[in-house]
Amino acid sequence: MAENQRTGAPLALRRRHHSASCRELAVRAPRLQLRALSTLTSAVWLAAYGLFVLCENSMVLSAAIFITLIGLIVYLHFVKVDQESLLIIGSLGIQVTSSYASGKESTTFIEMSQVKDVVINEAIHMQKIIYYLCILIRDPQDPQGVSEVVPLFQSSKPRLDCLIEVYKSCQEILQQRETAPQSSEIK
Amino acid sequence: LWWSGGAEAGIAAMVLKVFFPTCCSSAESGILIGRWISEQSSAVVLAVVHFPFIPVQVKQYLSHVQQVTKIKVSVLGSWSNSKREKEESLSKFLEDLGTIFAHEPWIQISKEGDSKFWSCSTLQKESNSSKEEEIILVYYDQRKVMLSQLHPPANTSTDPKADDASKLTAVFDTVANSKILFMTDKYDDGPVKLTHWQSDGVEASIIVELLKQASVPVCLLLTFLLSLTSVVCKSRMLKFWPLSFLWSKLSTCEQLGHRLQHLQIISSSKKAQNQTQLMRKANIFVSLLIDVALGILLMSWLYRKSRIGHLADTLIPVADHIAKELQDLLQWLMGAPAGLKMNRALDQVLGRFFLYHIHLWISYIHLMSPFIEMILWYVGLSACLGLTVALCILSDIIALLTFHIYCFYVYGARLYCLKVYGLSSLWRLFRGKKWNVLRQRVDSCSYDLDQLFIGTLLFTILLFLLPTTALYYLVFTLLRLLVVVVQGLIHLLVDLIDSLPLYSIILRFCRSYRLAGKSFSAAQAEIQGF
Repeated sequence: MAENQRTGAPLALRRRHHSASCRELAVRAPRLQLRALSTLTSAVWLAAYGLFVLCENSMVLSAAIFITLIGLIVYLHFVKVDQESLLIIGSLGIQVTSSYASGKESTTFIEMSQVKDVVINEAIHMQKIIYYLCILIRDPQDPQGVSEVVPLFQSSKPRLDCLIEVYKSCQEILQQRETAPQSSEIK
Repeated sequence: LWWSGGAEAGIAAMVLKVFFPTCCSSAESGILIGRWISEQSSAVVLAVVHFPFIPVQVKQYLSHVQQVTKIKVSVLGSWSNSKREKEESLSKFLEDLGTIFAHEPWIQISKEGDSKFWSCSTLQKESNSSKEEEIILVYYDQRKVMLSQLHPPANTSTDPKADDASKLTAVFDTVANSKILFMTDKYDDGPVKLTHWQSDGVEASIIVELLKQASVPVCLLLTFLLSLTSVVCKSRMLKFWPLSFLWSKLSTCEQLGHRLQHLQIISSSKKAQNQTQLMRKANIFVSLLIDVALGILLMSWLYRKSRIGHLADTLIPVADHIAKELQDLLQWLMGAPAGLKMNRALDQVLGRFFLYHIHLWISYIHLMSPFIEMILWYVGLSACLGLTVALCILSDIIALLTFHIYCFYVYGARLYCLKVYGLSSLWRLFRGKKWNVLRQRVDSCSYDLDQLFIGTLLFTILLFLLPTTALYYLVFTLLRLLVVVVQGLIHLLVDLIDSLPLYSIILRFCRSYRLAGKSFSAAQAEIQGF
């Protein structure tokens, strides 16, 4: 339904409405294609075979196999992001999870008291304008200032229509925070 | 670290958060004890007390825990886990409990049979019941929360605005400080029967306990030995002038002193005050262990197949080779190096002087040659003190072997320095100026004719001898630089082994929850409010 901003590959956005103050939004990237994988592997092995024919050293072949395996493992574990999700629990915090193709999950949790707002920013990159969703972190010294900007969905880079839906869901939860009585401020 | 949350639909007025441990989800019915944090409207459940119990004894136990841990532990609500259909009498009984242990609000969590859905409700006596409350149930892994250490930022102590600090630290602190609550397990015969993460038996490792018991006498012994060593080191005998100068120049002594200091830190009988001190001690301990292990490995490799003998045999030819190369270099400098024309007389003087030096050095090395193997053998034994000590010894041996290069560099540098100094002073005289030492500046001065004459003469001589001296200086500085670079690399390696925090790195890979971290996942939960 949505598309990646850079490559145009189709993405899937899934929204789960757990309750009035808890939403989960997940963007899933397309999986690793078998076609691409097999073409790359065959190309590497053909090159290795060509080298072997040239220099008659069988180490080249084993080295090529080794390199392909290690490269694939490193790619799946560190580079290929399968799904990026955003879990907002009102009054508790926001959690950003990236899960990689090898099953690794890296999560970041930001407490609600530190979150100033969730906004869509525009950036000019080369000749085009790209949009990205980010969380603004409050500055402890300056109540109006922003100390840090945390960009979301870095690997899947969804387009503006997808971002708008995510933004709307986030804002619904963040609005509740404003209307709720701020009893935590009373000391 | 997994937390899962679910909440109910309702007009959010004041969101109530309940932190429930995963280990209690299969516990039998009972009452919940924990801490109520009213500023954040959150309840941290620490354990479940099972039936039968006597309320008075429960209250006594709780006040005892409160005294020890300084956390206001109280009864928060009731938990019912019924295998069959929901029993009406049980729920009435649980509500009545709310009147015995008065707590605002009284939280009731119940789970039916094998269903995934829980129900969570609160009883508020004082507030108007028309307000619907939203409840968030957060499901946490007690063991990991207890073991994870949240490092506070460095400036929170001076910051009066405490609400900027993380609100979740209160939750972490509550669980971490309630260790005494987790000491009783279900095999103990006490007035209260609790369920928490240790209720199947307090988790401990035999090896760790044995090490803890053994560490006390070992520390005492180490402290005693270290005090003896430091007394010997500081004795007057070793402080005479030539010896003290020698000790300060040898990097081995410095490294040994460094390591002694580390041993003193580890074997001190005071427990570490805070987290940073504990990590520092652990890092030093691991680094020492790895160092000694690598050193023993090196020793075992060195002492087999008479490698020491081979090393000693190759040392003299290497020294000879270096000396020969230096002699060739000096012959080249005495000729016409790189096509430059040197001043013949000065060239010959300097060249012969350095050649004689090398000759002396070679005779000295040859004199020492029968003893080299024995010296190396005994010095190699000190590698068992650690790889860093062995590397320092190597660096010192290199320094000793290339001592003549160092001497040449010193001569060349001094000569060049004197020449440049003389030249600058005479240049000022040439222009009719003088350096005023009192005012630290250049003043004009009128010289006599004979002063000017001699000054100009000397200036010319020094100026035309400058290229020769400069060339010698350049060549020997480059050689010295080479030796310094090699020694510098060895010292860099030694510093790396000394200061790499291996314990923290290993902890990061194996038990990263000890270095803090938390994550949430939303699960299915149907909560009924009212």
